Amino acid sequence: MALEDVCSFKERPVQHKWFSFSSLGDAAIPFPKSDYYNLRLETSENNCGVPLHFFIPPLPHSSSFINRPLSSFCPPKNSMTVQRPFRLAHGTTTLGFIFQGGVIAAADTRASAGGLVACPAVHKITPIHSHLVVTSSGSGADCMLWERILIREIRLYQLRHGHRLSIRATAKLLSSMLHPFKGTEMCVALTLCGWDNGPKLIYVCSDGARLQGDVFSVGSGSPYAYGVLDRELRWSLSKGEAISLAREAVFRATHRDAYSGNNVDLFHITAQGWSQRKREDLKEEYYRDKEKKGKKKNDKLK
Amino acid sequence: MLSSQHFGDPGKMKDYHYTGPVEHKFSPYAYNGGTVLAVAGEDFAIVASDTRLSEGYSIHSRDSPKCYKLTDTTVLGCSGFHGDCLTLTKIIDARLKMYKHSNNKTMTSGAIAAMLSTILYSRRFFPYYVYNIIGGLDEEGKGAVYSFDPVGSYQRDTYKAGGSASAMLQPLLDNQIGFKNMESVEHVPLTKDKAVQLVKDVFISAAERDVYTGDALRICVITKEGINEENIPLRKD
Repeated sequence: MALEDVCSFKERPVQHKWFSFSSLGDAAIPFPKSDYYNLRLETSENNCGVPLHFFIPPLPHSSSFINRPLSSFCPPKNSMTVQRPFRLAHGTTTLGFIFQGGVIAAADTRASAGGLVACPAVHKITPIHSHLVVTSSGSGADCMLWERILIREIRLYQLRHGHRLSIRATAKLLSSMLHPFKGTEMCVALTLCGWDNGPKLIYVCSDGARLQGDVFSVGSGSPYAYGVLDRELRWSLSKGEAISLAREAVFRATHRDAYSGNNVDLFHITAQGWSQRKREDLKEEYYRDKEKKGKKKNDKLK
Repeated sequence: MLSSQHFGDPGKMKDYHYTGPVEHKFSPYAYNGGTVLAVAGEDFAIVASDTRLSEGYSIHSRDSPKCYKLTDTTVLGCSGFHGDCLTLTKIIDARLKMYKHSNNKTMTSGAIAAMLSTILYSRRFFPYYVYNIIGGLDEEGKGAVYSFDPVGSYQRDTYKAGGSASAMLQPLLDNQIGFKNMESVEHVPLTKDKAVQLVKDVFISAAERDVYTGDALRICVITKEGINEENIPLRKD
């Protein structure tokens, strides 16, 4: 993807006009010249900065749109969704926090689609470059593809300008790339955890939010994770304490939240780059914890 | 085609039970059933599917396999909406040819998986209603299985079941191939013959309990010698 663009390899653009849909008049959304058969015959220049072609179905406005009160402005995209007969992968617990030894990013590994565990071993934390990882939450496919697009754009910037984009600028770039899809059903909530002149933690969401902070937890299990984090989190934690705190937070969240579970992934980012801890199965942790509680109860009774 | 079914069990006949006045909208999707399974071994991969094509209470065909040969080392299994399966395989074939002509080499399994992911995601707002599983050999000759969701999220696995009986088969595969949820069991590596026998047993069980799975089983075994296809009859009721 990236090499093609850097070499300015442009394919000959082909005109596609496979329908003319002017009956809706001004209310019609200008149908982008899109590549219906995914043959990738056009370049990405005319796609509002988003390096991926999307096919937007040309649906007529439904009757409910006409009956909606005109006072509230509703973007036309809301009426252009096809009813899907299947659920997409959702539900998660991810967290990130800053302390004196860098940034910790932790996440569970369950992808659930409705009531089914679609995959028990997903990677929710993806490295973008040596000093930046991103934790993803929301719809699995959305996050995976947008991470891929982000990696591509960051690499292109680095090749074109000779230096690496700062993390704040990366967040802004991502936020502006997601902006055309605000109001659609796309659901992406990413936490950028990285190091450039100091630890950085920025939360970017497809709703448009872009927030810098010291601790973030995203997903259906986040309330439980926040509860555990808020108790112990301090700037002066040691590396071992920080890692065990992150593990504990994800473990408690997976225990209480049905849509989080299986394993915990942990990344630690410092000025030297990111390092990954071995993926740990939380089932064992549950039994260890139960044993510990059993011992404590016995000690109390004595 | 029947009215749209929002997140209910796929294919369940809601129309035949009176639920009150309902506004029927045209749904561009239908559910044609079928189960696909893929297993990756040390130097082989297996992609298997049943051959029943159904819709609602009817069976359209008893001989409609869901495995599609893409290259000499890759087979794609797709189940869900048959119309989208056909179009998707046509598009993938065209893209494979284009790649071959521009790059003078065949696409590897990993590359096909990445390409399929972008093809599926480009239809994020009007998805292909297809559950895909790619089985094949990677560049080193080891077995590889890539499983997808309808919008393009994918991951490399050792084994995966997709389609109507997937919720029944996946736990069985977790236990027999992944040795999960068992204590003190020796992790024996899977041989090709054992894997083929396991796949046959698993589909026989699926045909017993899932109405959309049955008629016949098509197994494609991919090794460095090529792709070997086998047809086994299943329950026809």
